[in-house]
Amino acid sequence: MSDSPTIRLSVPSTAQAGELVEIKVMIQHPMESGYRRGVMGERIARDIIKYFRCSLDGEVIFQTQFYPGVAANPLLSFYTRAEQSGTLLFEWIDQQGVTWSEQADLMVE
Amino acid sequence: MKVPTQILQILLTALLVAGDPAAWSQKSPEPARQAPVSGYVFLNPQTQALQDDEFANPGYLWVTKGARSYGEDVGAGACISCHGQDGMVGVAARYPRFDSKAGTLLNLEGRINRCRTEHQQLPALALESEPLLALSSFVTEQSKGMATQVQIDGAAEPWFQQGQDYFFQRRGQLNLACHQCHDESWGKKLRGDLISQGQPNGFPAYRLEWQTLGSLHRRLQDCESGVRAQPQALGSTAYLGLELYLVWRSQGLALESPGVRR
Repeated sequence: MSDSPTIRLSVPSTAQAGELVEIKVMIQHPMESGYRRGVMGERIARDIIKYFRCSLDGEVIFQTQFYPGVAANPLLSFYTRAEQSGTLLFEWIDQQGVTWSEQADLMVE
Repeated sequence: MKVPTQILQILLTALLVAGDPAAWSQKSPEPARQAPVSGYVFLNPQTQALQDDEFANPGYLWVTKGARSYGEDVGAGACISCHGQDGMVGVAARYPRFDSKAGTLLNLEGRINRCRTEHQQLPALALESEPLLALSSFVTEQSKGMATQVQIDGAAEPWFQQGQDYFFQRRGQLNLACHQCHDESWGKKLRGDLISQGQPNGFPAYRLEWQTLGSLHRRLQDCESGVRAQPQALGSTAYLGLELYLVWRSQGLALESPGVRR
């Protein structure tokens, strides 16, 4: 797949003020560790996502780092307290600095 | 201790009957098969939970992608422009089937590629390529929960016979037939793993070993290298026939694709 990887988001569209909401994100990525060898014994180059961050209207609310031991197609689940409505921005940055992103709106009632 | 001769005779007869190859290679119009048990049953609870969770199940990455390309305007028109939003519901449950126009047995991947070359004026997608896996997993997911019903008579019969023969044929350095593990020994342990019945109803499936989604034919290749046989090509005549036999053998099970398998 030459184009951008598939990203799946699970974000509640509405939340009560002060409510803890669960956010789940998944991205299609091989997370090639760099430790494996191919059928001819050749080394398979490392290809991993290094960083993930989630921000609400520019303010980072969750971020994490990935290492070669993380399995393919990483799934993250985290919680945030819904205080104001806004746009959530999800960004994945790979080892070359390539960034993939997706957005979702969170409405706080 | 002296064993009565009568008992010995009964035991010997039983052994002879069980070991008689003619008993299982006889070709009747509707051959015997045992009640199918899905591969899901042989997974550990964590893997089952991964399949059941529609968000966490990684197979849905391909389904999502496939749903997108189903609606994408390409070639002479998008899939959706002919088939409509729900046009694929129940389709996967009827494949593989003999296509008289193509003059061959087509599985779902073959059908998609025929559709591309004949109606969309597009080149066929490579087997096991990401775009084809996305489309085939999307189409199969549309029939999730449905039971398969395939034709094994008429023009499909030689394919079925050939697939059945393949299933019972010993192969590879280990000299094992599919039948010996998946009919006779399912439920037993093969090292740390439970041997399943080898049912195809979860495919295309996300395999933890692959860390990706793959077709039934790719799984068959792994089976064959497992018994140290030379795997056949993806989409080969041998695998198409075998797929027809396997799907017929699984009739009664609901389609689970995208399944998660070891």
